[in-house]
Amino acid sequence: MSLHKDQQLETYRRMLKIRRFEESIINSGLSGHLSIGQEAAIVGACMALRDDDYITGTHRSHGHPIGKGAKLKPLMAELLGKETGICKGRGGSMHFADNSVGIIGESAIVGGGLPLATGAGLSSQVRGTDQVSLCFFGDGASNQGTFGESLNLAAIWKLPVIFFCENNGYAISTSVAKSHGQPDIAKRADGYGLPGVIVDGQDVEAIYDATCLAVERARKGEGPSLIEAKTYRFDEHCRKLGVPIPYRSEEEVNHYTTNRDPLILYKTVLLDSGESEQQLTAIEEAVMAEVTESVTYAKESPFPDPKNIYDYMYSNPIHYPPVAQIGQSGVKRHD
Amino acid sequence: MTENCTELSYLNAIVEAQREEMLRDECVILLGENIEIYGCAALFDSFDEKRLRNVPISENSFTGMGVGAALTGLRPIVDLTIASFVYLAADQIINQAAKLRYMTGGQMQVPMVIRACTYYNVSNAAQHADRPYPLFMNTPGLKIIAPSTPSDMKGLMKSAIRDDDPVIVFEDTNLWGKKELVPTDPDFLIPIGKADIKREGSDVTIVSIAGCLPKVLLAAKMLEQEGISAEVIDPRTLVPLDKDTILSSVAKTGRLVVIDNSHRINSVASEIAAVVAEYGFDNLKKPIQRVTTPEVHIPYSTSLEKTLYPNETGIVATVKSIL
Repeated sequence: MSLHKDQQLETYRRMLKIRRFEESIINSGLSGHLSIGQEAAIVGACMALRDDDYITGTHRSHGHPIGKGAKLKPLMAELLGKETGICKGRGGSMHFADNSVGIIGESAIVGGGLPLATGAGLSSQVRGTDQVSLCFFGDGASNQGTFGESLNLAAIWKLPVIFFCENNGYAISTSVAKSHGQPDIAKRADGYGLPGVIVDGQDVEAIYDATCLAVERARKGEGPSLIEAKTYRFDEHCRKLGVPIPYRSEEEVNHYTTNRDPLILYKTVLLDSGESEQQLTAIEEAVMAEVTESVTYAKESPFPDPKNIYDYMYSNPIHYPPVAQIGQSGVKRHD
Repeated sequence: MTENCTELSYLNAIVEAQREEMLRDECVILLGENIEIYGCAALFDSFDEKRLRNVPISENSFTGMGVGAALTGLRPIVDLTIASFVYLAADQIINQAAKLRYMTGGQMQVPMVIRACTYYNVSNAAQHADRPYPLFMNTPGLKIIAPSTPSDMKGLMKSAIRDDDPVIVFEDTNLWGKKELVPTDPDFLIPIGKADIKREGSDVTIVSIAGCLPKVLLAAKMLEQEGISAEVIDPRTLVPLDKDTILSSVAKTGRLVVIDNSHRINSVASEIAAVVAEYGFDNLKKPIQRVTTPEVHIPYSTSLEKTLYPNETGIVATVKSIL
C-alpha cells in the first residue's frame, strides 16, 4: 500500500499548497485558523481516499479541501467573503466545505462533524455503495458527547467511517494533559468496540498507510476505525486572535518547527528516495504561482449583493401571495 | 369521497404516511428510539432493519447522523419521540440541519424530517410535557408543521418527507386516538405553508395552534349557541406561516384571539399577534387576545396540571371579552 512516485509528488504538492495558501493569509494580515504544522496528517489521510469518499472537517478548515484536491481560487475567494467563494461568501474561513471533492461539512461547533460523518457512513451502507466517510476532528472534540455517541453508533452497525483525530495537543490553550484522563485518545476506541491506532502525525506516509488499513476495513464492511495522529500546530489557535497567556513553552514550539516540520521531513524522504532537487523546486514554483493566482482572483471577485441575502436559505422560495386588499394599514410587508 | 378514504387515527396517519413514502422512495429511512415497540411497530411488516434503525439513547448524534445521511442522498425521518428530548439534539438541529444549505452557498441540502410528540396533560411533570415549537420558530432554515387532524397529519407528513429542507413535525399525543376518514391516494399531499379554515364565521377570528383545535371547535360551538359566529383557522404549518389567510380573516371579523398551548412569552400566539398588529391593525375593532399556558413548569399533580392549558371555557370568556 505504499505510495508510488506520482502519488508521492502529489502528496508533497498538496502539503505545499496548504502551507503556501496559509502563509499568504499571514502575509496579507488576514484572520483564520491555520493548519500549518498539521499538513502531513491531513494530506496523508486524504491520499488514502477516493474522489467519491466523504469528509467532514473542523473550524480549522483550510487544509481538508486542499488535501482532498480542491481548487484554490474558490477557497481564497471564500476567505475574502466573495460571491465566487466556494460557499458564496456565506461560510468563510472556518467553513471551506467544498462538496465537489466530497466535503459535506466543516463544523465550527467542536465535535459537530462526528455525527455527520457517521450519517454519511450510514448512507453508504443503506445505498449499498462502498464509499467511506472520514471525520477529521481534534483532541478538543474528543471530549464532546458526540465523540462517544458517534463511535458507538458506527460500531454497532459496522459503518464505513474513519474517525481521524488531529491531536495537536491543545484545545486553544487547554492542553491534552490537563483535559484528558487518558491522553492517548486512540485507546478510547476499545471502549466502543473498534480498533484505535496512534500514528506519528508529522510522517505523511505513516499516516497514509494507517488510513489505508482503516479504509480497506471500512470498504469491506468490517466497520469503523479510530486513528489518532499526534501532530502540532505551529501558529496560534487563530491568526489575529491573540491568546494572552504563554500556554506553550518557546522550547516546545521551536522543537516542532525546527525538527518536526512535516514538509522538511517529507522533502528529505523524497530526496533520499531519488527525487531531484530540481523537480521539487519546480513543484514549489508551480504551487506558489497557483496560490498567487488565487489571491488575484479573490481580490478581483465581486462581493455578494445584499439584495440576494436570502439566497440558499430554503430549497424553494419562502414567500406568499401579495397582501392585496387585506391589511390596509399602509404598512409595507417584509416577509 | 369516502370510496377513496379509510378511517385512520391521528397516530396511524403518521404510520401510514411513513409507510407510503418508504414504499415510494427507497431513500426514505427511519431512525428512532424504540421504534420497534412504539408507534412504528407496524412498519416492520413492510421493511427490514436496513431502513428501520432502532437507535441507542444518543439524541444529538443520531439526529446528526440523520443530517449526514440527508447530505449524502437519503431522506431520513428521525423520531426523537417526546418533544422535551429535542433539546438534547438542538445543536445538530440548529447548528447543522438548519444552517448547512445556507452556509455552503447552496451546495448541499438537508432533506430530513424530525418528529417530536408533545406529551402533556397526562401527569408526566415538567421533563416530559414540553410544547417547544416557538423555540424552533426562532431558527431560520427550519420548516415546522403541527397538524391537528389525521388527514392534515398524513398530507403534511408526506409533504415533509418529500421536502428538500429539514422539517420538524410536532405531534400532539392527546390527538393520537382521534379518528376520521383520510384519503388513501398515495399522492395525497397538503402543502407546507398553507393554513386551513376549519370553520367559517364573521364575528371573531380564532387561530388555533397545534393540538388546541378540538377545544377551539368546542368553544366555537358554545359561542354559536349564544349567537356569536367564530371563524376558526388552523395554520397547520408554523414556519412558513400563512399570514395571508389569518390577515384576510381578521379583515373580515375585526377581532383576533389566538389559542396556543405553549408558554406565553414569545409563543406562536405572540408572533401571530405581532403580525396582525403590524399588517392588520386598522382592521381591528378590539385588542388582540392570547390564550396560552402560563409561565410555570408543568406540575405532576393532576389538580394543578388540568388548570394550565387553554380550555373551551377560557376561550369562550376571552372571545366574549372583546365583543
